Amino acid sequence: MGVRFLLDGQRVDLPEVDPTATLLDHLRYTLRRTGTKEGCAEGDCGACTVLVGALEGEAVAWRAVNACIQFLPMVNGKALMTVESLKDAGGALCPVQEVMAANGSSQCGFCTPGFVMSLHGRSIGARGCDLPVADVIAGNLCRCTGYGPILEAGEGLAPAARDEAAVIAGLQAIAGEGASGTWQGRRWFSPRTAQELAALLAEHPEARLVAGATDVGLWVTKGLRDLGAVIFIADIADLARIEEGEAALTLGAAVRYADAHAAMARLHPELGELVRRIGGLQVRNAATVGGNIANGSPIGDGPPALIALGAELTLRSIDGRRTMPLEDYFLAYGRQDRRAGEFVESIRIPRPAAGAVVHIAKLSRRFDSDISAVCGAFALTIAQGTITAARVAFGGMAATPKRAAACEAALVGRRFDEATLAAAAEALKSDFAPLSDVRGSAAYRLEAAANLLRRLWLREQGTAISVLEVEA
Amino acid sequence: MAERDPAWKVLPKPSHPHDSARLHVSGEARYADDVGEPADMLHLAFGQSTEARARIMAMDLGDVRAAPGVVAVFTAADIPGANDVSPVAGDDRLLADGEVLCHGQALFLVAATSQRAARAAARLGKVAYAPLPAAITIAEARAADAHIEPVQRMARGDATAALETAPHRLAGRFAMGGQDHFYLEGQVAVATPGEDGQIHVLSSTQHPSEVQHLIAHMLHLSSADVTLEVRRMGGAFGGKETQAALFAAAAALVAHRTGRPAKFRCDRDDDMVMTGKRHEFEVDYEVGFDGEGRLLALSLHLASRCGATVDLSPAINDRAMFHADNCYYLPDVAVISERLKTNTVSATAFRGFGGPQGMLAIERVIDAVAAHLGLDPLDVRVANLYGPGRETTPYEMVVADNVAPQIVARLRETARYDERARAVAAFNAANPVLKKGIALTPVKFGISFTTTHLNQAGALVHLYADGSIQVNHGGTEMGQGLYVKVAQVVADVFAVPLETVRITATRTDKVPNTSATAASSGADLNGMAAYNAATAIRERLTAFLARTYGVAEGAVHFTPGGVLVGGETLTFGQVARKAHIGRISLSATGYYATPGIEYDRSVFKGRPFYYFAYGAAVSEVVIDTLTGEHRVLAVDILHDVGRSLNPVIDVGQIEGGFLQGQGWLTTEELVYDERGRLLTHSPATYKIPTASDRAKHFTVTLWDGENAEPTINRSKAVGEPPFMLAISVFSALNRAVAATAPDRRAIPPLDAPATPERILSAIAGHRGGA
Repeated sequence: MGVRFLLDGQRVDLPEVDPTATLLDHLRYTLRRTGTKEGCAEGDCGACTVLVGALEGEAVAWRAVNACIQFLPMVNGKALMTVESLKDAGGALCPVQEVMAANGSSQCGFCTPGFVMSLHGRSIGARGCDLPVADVIAGNLCRCTGYGPILEAGEGLAPAARDEAAVIAGLQAIAGEGASGTWQGRRWFSPRTAQELAALLAEHPEARLVAGATDVGLWVTKGLRDLGAVIFIADIADLARIEEGEAALTLGAAVRYADAHAAMARLHPELGELVRRIGGLQVRNAATVGGNIANGSPIGDGPPALIALGAELTLRSIDGRRTMPLEDYFLAYGRQDRRAGEFVESIRIPRPAAGAVVHIAKLSRRFDSDISAVCGAFALTIAQGTITAARVAFGGMAATPKRAAACEAALVGRRFDEATLAAAAEALKSDFAPLSDVRGSAAYRLEAAANLLRRLWLREQGTAISVLEVEA
Repeated sequence: MAERDPAWKVLPKPSHPHDSARLHVSGEARYADDVGEPADMLHLAFGQSTEARARIMAMDLGDVRAAPGVVAVFTAADIPGANDVSPVAGDDRLLADGEVLCHGQALFLVAATSQRAARAAARLGKVAYAPLPAAITIAEARAADAHIEPVQRMARGDATAALETAPHRLAGRFAMGGQDHFYLEGQVAVATPGEDGQIHVLSSTQHPSEVQHLIAHMLHLSSADVTLEVRRMGGAFGGKETQAALFAAAAALVAHRTGRPAKFRCDRDDDMVMTGKRHEFEVDYEVGFDGEGRLLALSLHLASRCGATVDLSPAINDRAMFHADNCYYLPDVAVISERLKTNTVSATAFRGFGGPQGMLAIERVIDAVAAHLGLDPLDVRVANLYGPGRETTPYEMVVADNVAPQIVARLRETARYDERARAVAAFNAANPVLKKGIALTPVKFGISFTTTHLNQAGALVHLYADGSIQVNHGGTEMGQGLYVKVAQVVADVFAVPLETVRITATRTDKVPNTSATAASSGADLNGMAAYNAATAIRERLTAFLARTYGVAEGAVHFTPGGVLVGGETLTFGQVARKAHIGRISLSATGYYATPGIEYDRSVFKGRPFYYFAYGAAVSEVVIDTLTGEHRVLAVDILHDVGRSLNPVIDVGQIEGGFLQGQGWLTTEELVYDERGRLLTHSPATYKIPTASDRAKHFTVTLWDGENAEPTINRSKAVGEPPFMLAISVFSALNRAVAATAPDRRAIPPLDAPATPERILSAIAGHRGGA
């Protein structure tokens, strides 16, 4: 069975698809909907933003995503809204379009449809949009306007109620089993349950697992790679559970960052702030917590914070489950402790104890929608002025996300004071020998990482430490 | 303010939205890649050099030709005419011929049935190189004595002698990075073969005539055989002035050779690797000054990385020299400009065209002087402004329209600079980790192409018998609102509603031999040409009506309520119909050449600019002294656009230009490896500002003045000047860094862009006294 989706209420059936053909190319060059633009083909500029609607219970959850790195099977069973969908039957612009046109919000106009879709999503209550306008458009780049008239347009928009009855009916009509197909000898599958996934992986252990495709998408659009057999896992409902317990937050591997954001912020505000800064909203609407871990990137932002908080990872296969501390999953650069037939099932993040000192810091050239030069996370337990437990983890400092053993040793059992923090900062030099690369030099990484400990200390003394919290 | 010329009608202009605003928001605005593709369309990709400099010993393209979907593969040998896509010097190859000069240079051209097939096949070429010594950095080029032209010198008086006698003297050096244009629409061209060897090219270019001429030379065609068309670009910023030719020429070559339509839609990463950027500069200065910070002598050495070919580097570096005074009188001065040839992609035009680099240099000097004397930099700036008796630039142009002192004084007051500077100092005294900085910097930017003959434009206006009007001109629309401004000019000539005027795509078969839409000159030149064309038609109508109604020409009036003639009121449509029946020509060309400009490049003396545009900005920033992170907190701008042709469009240019300048000086960093490979070739690694980088407090006020020169509506050019207002951000960051060791009377060693890493390093340098 191939791919089917709804476009403006019309059912589109694609019996045979190239599983790594992008939604953007299909819209632009097959359906001739050229309002959606290609700016970068790597999910960084937002010019290709479209809204994808999925049935969740009795409602439609709309999400703004980058069409350039959505593979066609990923929209199977969903509803699509593009910039061409927004005019009403009489040809009148929708409110977002009207206010942007009147407000000087476009200059060259090329990024404009993407902004329209992001702001329209916000006005209809799409996922992840309960944020300030600047955060909702952090994944949309504009090179002409300086953003002012776009922000103004967004601020002034009232929520717009939508009658979703027809979309719901349409989605129900195309809902069904998973999908699968073969294209030029390459198999692809889109299973619906974790059990099916386990069975498929047992049969096709070489298959590439694709969740949000915010990383793997670039292997295709930039690397021009043939992914071979592919299993799409983002729509496996039993991998998308969020369980907020007294003791821990448990996230299914296919939980999208945008969906996890609120629960992670409740776990700790700095974890929420970190999630806010993972990609733009379009990326968080596709990228999964599990994918961010499973791909083993040394600069993924989730793992250092989760390791510091003591997260545990559960892997599953047809033979059962095994659970490990998250840090043990990362063996070496590009190598993780995932055996043939296994997949990441869930991540359990313990709730920090009351009084725990937690600091999570992401350092990058740009605040929004950037990749860390250094991502540091600290969780200290302090009793009567003494540090009784310490977990310190960094991204960007080694070939994997990694705990700072010497630093932790310099903390545990010592007084929580400036001298201890200074000694722990010094110890980082024996924990890490970072590389110099395009995001920062080794010297900067080491210095900034050490300074994060000093910053943590000063913050605890009541010193203002965040440039994001300063007014003119 | 200039005296108003009573013969010249200056109208307060309303804020018309961009003519395409409704098409932009609905996704209906068509860009080159949005036009329907014929079934036989070919898609193109370049095979690229993996060496910075090498002789090509052999190219085995067998695997490329055999790859799925490939229809044809071309090399330099397949080009019938000139293998050249350069603007002036003839040194930019479409396809490498024998030698490569930079990493990413085009070696061969693949035509395939899909873009992905072409890109995949292009990676299969096997090229044998004999590497040659390559110069990647300015220092390496200097060591190799590699220059694109001789060192240039602009001087007045005797800087060396004046340095000797100055009460205070300082020397310093700093560096500023380049910048990628990051237009959202990448390079794209579609070539369609016509009958008898003719060819039509849709290109995203700021310079249709140049692309037309290059294609004609390449294919052994006449210019009359080649038509270029540009309706709009999805951003350009100078990056499509010369750089579009490579892709358009490739598409034209394939269309010519295969007889099939061909499209080159360049992938973003390839675009960033293969196309030129803003010039990176290294600056050395030696300055002499008095106790108030008044500059007495300046020796300024500007070295730029020009890349592998000449491109527009001579003019760009000249403009850097012309702006090394900014708003300041420099009595004894020598500006030396060294244009280094490196084996990196050729640097090119980018908003400001060298002006930002020259201006940042002098602002840095002023900051250094202020730091040395312990003065507020703004006081030093004010002390050095051009003024009575001090109004001649180093190139001997008189600054006749100097409003910088008034603008600076007004903004200082309205933005409460002094009060806020005290608040910043108090904040810094109270905060050990976070430090603030505030700065006010002015801008004076010369308007005109410094290559004098480029200051001309043509327009074509048609009046149809139903009273509708079509306007066409040589300027291109890249988002800056040129089309709507010119349409407003034409509508005003006839006193008709703007909707009466249909704007049409820029085409070389309508207006020939045009200049690039560049140097902020689009509205000045094309607006005036269109005004002249429309006025010619109106004069014919006036004469015809006067004749027909037996009244004096002075009794014919074009008004918003209709055309008044004798005692009658005719609709504009009725006039057009009558004139057509009366056998009056209703079509006219218009032409304009900027008057009064002339300069001698051999001595750098004369009047290169028709006038100057001015502005000033106050920026307030905060830095984290532990991580180098920083934010721009507040920006207040006062900017001079003369009598605005369209305030909302002009404010948009100011805001957008400012943020682009902020990006250049903060987040946008180009990183090359030692082999000359650009590592920041995608938005994943190259970071232009996002919405949250715009200061939360951001105000723009238009200076209430008129252009002293009789430009169209007494307006001033606006495209480039606001970019340099962002120097205030860099200056403010510098002061925030300085606040980490407030007693040190020296400027912190901060280079641009001020990334967190550079801020942290500058703090260490400043504290350590390095």
